[in-house]
Amino acid sequence: MATTDSAVRSTPESAHRTANEFSIQVATVNGSGSQTANLILIRSLFQMGIPVSGKNLFPSNIAGLPTWYTIRANKHGYIARKKEIDFLVAMNPETAREDVLTLDPGGVVVYDEPLNLSGLRSDLTFYPVPFDKLVAAVCPDAKLRRLVRNMIYDGVVAYLLEIELGEMEKALSRQLGKKQKALALNLGALKAGFDYAQEHFQTKAPFRVERMNATAGKILIEGNAAAAIGCLMAGVTVVAWYPITPSSSLCESLIDLLRKYRMDKATGQATFAVVQAEDEIAALGMVMGASWAGARAMTSTSGPGISLMGEFTGLGYYAEIPALIFDIQRVGPSTGLPTRTAQGDILTTAVLSHGDTRHPLLLPCSVHECYQMAIEGFDLAERLQTPVFIMSDLDLGMNMWMSEPFEYPTKGFDRGKVLDVAALKQVGEWGRYKDVDGDGIPWRTLPGTDMPAYFARGSGHNEKGQYSERADDYERNLDRLTKKFKTAATLVPAPEIDQPKGAKVGLIGYGTSHWAIVETRDQLRQEAGLETSYLRLRAYPFTPALAEFIDRHDRVYLIEQNRDAQMAALMRMDLDPARVAKIRSVLHYSGLPIDARTVTDAVLAQEGLAVAHAAVAADAPHAAGVGGE
Amino acid sequence: MTTPAGSPPAPGKKLNRIGLEVAQYRGSKTTLCAGCGHNAISERIIEACYDLGVDPKRVLKLSGIGCSSKSPAYFLSQAHGFNSVHGRMPSVATGALLANRTMAAIGVSGDGDTGAIGVGQFVHLMRRNLPLVYIIEDNGCYGLTKGQFSPTADVGSTLKNGVVNDLPPIDTCVMAIELGATFVARSFSGDKKQLTALLKGALSHKGTAMLDVLSPCVTFNDHEGSTKSYSYVKDHEEPVSDVSFVPYFEDIAIEQEEGTTQTVTLHDGSKIVLRKLDHAFDPTVRGESLRMLRESAERGEYATGLLYVDPAKKDFCSMLNLVDEPLAFLPAAVTRPPASVLDELMDKQR
Repeated sequence: MATTDSAVRSTPESAHRTANEFSIQVATVNGSGSQTANLILIRSLFQMGIPVSGKNLFPSNIAGLPTWYTIRANKHGYIARKKEIDFLVAMNPETAREDVLTLDPGGVVVYDEPLNLSGLRSDLTFYPVPFDKLVAAVCPDAKLRRLVRNMIYDGVVAYLLEIELGEMEKALSRQLGKKQKALALNLGALKAGFDYAQEHFQTKAPFRVERMNATAGKILIEGNAAAAIGCLMAGVTVVAWYPITPSSSLCESLIDLLRKYRMDKATGQATFAVVQAEDEIAALGMVMGASWAGARAMTSTSGPGISLMGEFTGLGYYAEIPALIFDIQRVGPSTGLPTRTAQGDILTTAVLSHGDTRHPLLLPCSVHECYQMAIEGFDLAERLQTPVFIMSDLDLGMNMWMSEPFEYPTKGFDRGKVLDVAALKQVGEWGRYKDVDGDGIPWRTLPGTDMPAYFARGSGHNEKGQYSERADDYERNLDRLTKKFKTAATLVPAPEIDQPKGAKVGLIGYGTSHWAIVETRDQLRQEAGLETSYLRLRAYPFTPALAEFIDRHDRVYLIEQNRDAQMAALMRMDLDPARVAKIRSVLHYSGLPIDARTVTDAVLAQEGLAVAHAAVAADAPHAAGVGGE
Repeated sequence: MTTPAGSPPAPGKKLNRIGLEVAQYRGSKTTLCAGCGHNAISERIIEACYDLGVDPKRVLKLSGIGCSSKSPAYFLSQAHGFNSVHGRMPSVATGALLANRTMAAIGVSGDGDTGAIGVGQFVHLMRRNLPLVYIIEDNGCYGLTKGQFSPTADVGSTLKNGVVNDLPPIDTCVMAIELGATFVARSFSGDKKQLTALLKGALSHKGTAMLDVLSPCVTFNDHEGSTKSYSYVKDHEEPVSDVSFVPYFEDIAIEQEEGTTQTVTLHDGSKIVLRKLDHAFDPTVRGESLRMLRESAERGEYATGLLYVDPAKKDFCSMLNLVDEPLAFLPAAVTRPPASVLDELMDKQR
């Protein structure tokens, strides 16, 4: 019975089966232990040298709600999310019907046999697998079956796509190496799935895997783990945080690293302090106190935490206290979509707090930049004596990304302008908020040194740090802070620019949109002959390179993962109107990671060129929005 | 703003044990109302630090927002200070002390700053037993915003315009004891001897020392009908014992009287000597402290003095097992792991 479904379908010859260019979606129920199975799947492809990316689309829930994991393998190296699913593993009875109905024709479905899905469509290839029967045979202990059941689909997929079983076993050993019993059970389940597929399915999937050499030497890591390694290498000493998805894993990874590498093995003495604070207000308060006293301190949060940190951020701006804050952005407030991605905090964070405030934002697009910008972020915060934000997002922070391995830092720490005896001689008469060097950055002193003390406070102070409500003192201080922000523009990471000769249309993007934009540029060239330039923002404040880039183009498309074109709003504040007039927005705000097809079609539409793929329309109303200036 | 460091004292001036004159413990001129209890508290802080020979350069002064929170500017001008945001001083103090555990720290808050907007941070500060002297300058009202009730105002007490408070007060001492503070006292800004002795004890204690100091607001809350007026507090203050402080560096024989004297030895060897008055009260037993506070509140009295003490409990920095040197000053060689560590981490992800 199991063979009939697939036997009657088209039987592509091996040569006609597309190699290393497909997407797999595994639909399960969260809390069912599918994470290991999915990790093994992505790792085995990676080990076979094929460029991969994985996106975990999960609910805000401990167990029982639908979750999807999509893996994209792509020989060209495209690692943005691909909307269209080629290969579905349907394990969740609740979503199985809809999951099948939304597939493009020609797709493949592996499913739990009792779900009886094969009658739903005639244009797909179905592979029914009796998971319960198979797991009962390999796992005598009924209580453990739930945990190894998912490994069976890995075996089935391995057979259908020709993923080398040895690589899967290797990935599994690496994952469960220390748990011998669990490893044995999972290896058994993997084999059972593979054997079942081999015995019952005469036809393999229309897609296949072929060993490549595109991942040699590379690593596979989540952005939050990468940022944690960056903090470790930046010599962080005080960490204060409050749990919040999707940022928690950053501080949790960091705690593991600090315990391992910064604690004396014999005495247990630590060269770091970590506090799980009572809320995000306290977390940033602790960072402020620690930085004021001279420590390298950081916190990590997401949108709701950023809101709570508003008041302290303003104090940090005016009292001029360093702080490094990671914002792993997610969708909106309260309950709803806290486990979905967005670039929704850009505008609010750039001007966070009351009164006149502006804050440097670093915009990592990759796990490598999560690492690199963590290191640069500490230097910048101390150099500029101000809160600095690293604007990551859920897609980057919590998903696995391929990367070149990280380089050991070649530069030492920049601790900024901290007054000592030698500096005091140069400075002459010291004033805490006096611009001695013409860059707007004053010299600070630290408690516990022999340098003069000052009383840190908010907006009302003169150059000497004395309490003042004088209009001229306040104005002069604001102007110096403006000058300091201009200095910041010379210190933050410069944008990356690629400008082919003759391109009249420019694309601007930042953060995780990068990966879709790279692919979009190829699609625009191939499908419509449209050559584009690309500027990837890596920080706010903007550097002059942005204005120059806009000047060189007839029009530019600014691609963002929010509804309100938040980066465009910042540009409206900072650029002159002639340049702003050239900006058009491409906006994606479904909560799912941005994909190239959406961006390409939005650009083509605004360019008045034909949209190549009809399939796009299906989820366009909620997946993509297009806004113009 | 800053007194020149180490300037030699004028000849003939009285010096303390580290060679400083009392002027070197002062701050800038107060801008609070004449007669404000907070000024008297600043004077007691100056006196206590001078007498103990605390190095003002080794002290952190922290505060939130309000009249109380302005006062750190009026003492120890050679100490670094941080006037933070409303109700959030505890978190700033926590970060600062983790960065440099070798510093002494005095946090000044008010009854609104602690009991209302800052009650969350207050609660968690007490739980952590951070080595901090936490002073509430408690006048039962918001002074800077012109006299509204604060959460420590008693039921039935009135505003100047006759408005009656209907809500029960928060007893910050009861909260502190319940939550894990290890030195809890209540005093009165007008009781020089008791307050100075308690401040010295607090400065010598390793852990959170929470002092609720009743400090009448002469402008907005010193009228008939207020239970935080100078005369009301004076009439209803009920010391639980007579407190004296013997620093570790003074060799004074303590006269022990069986059943009426209790000596508490603090972390640095200093001693607090309690001569019992009417009550047979032992401040080292948490349950007794709470019972005594409840009973005195029912009588409408302010029990003052050392209400609870536990000198043995680990402070937060010790709990975290921090290295002895300040984290703030650790060199890169200590805080940046070698390249081999990064290699190891990269290998794990391959």
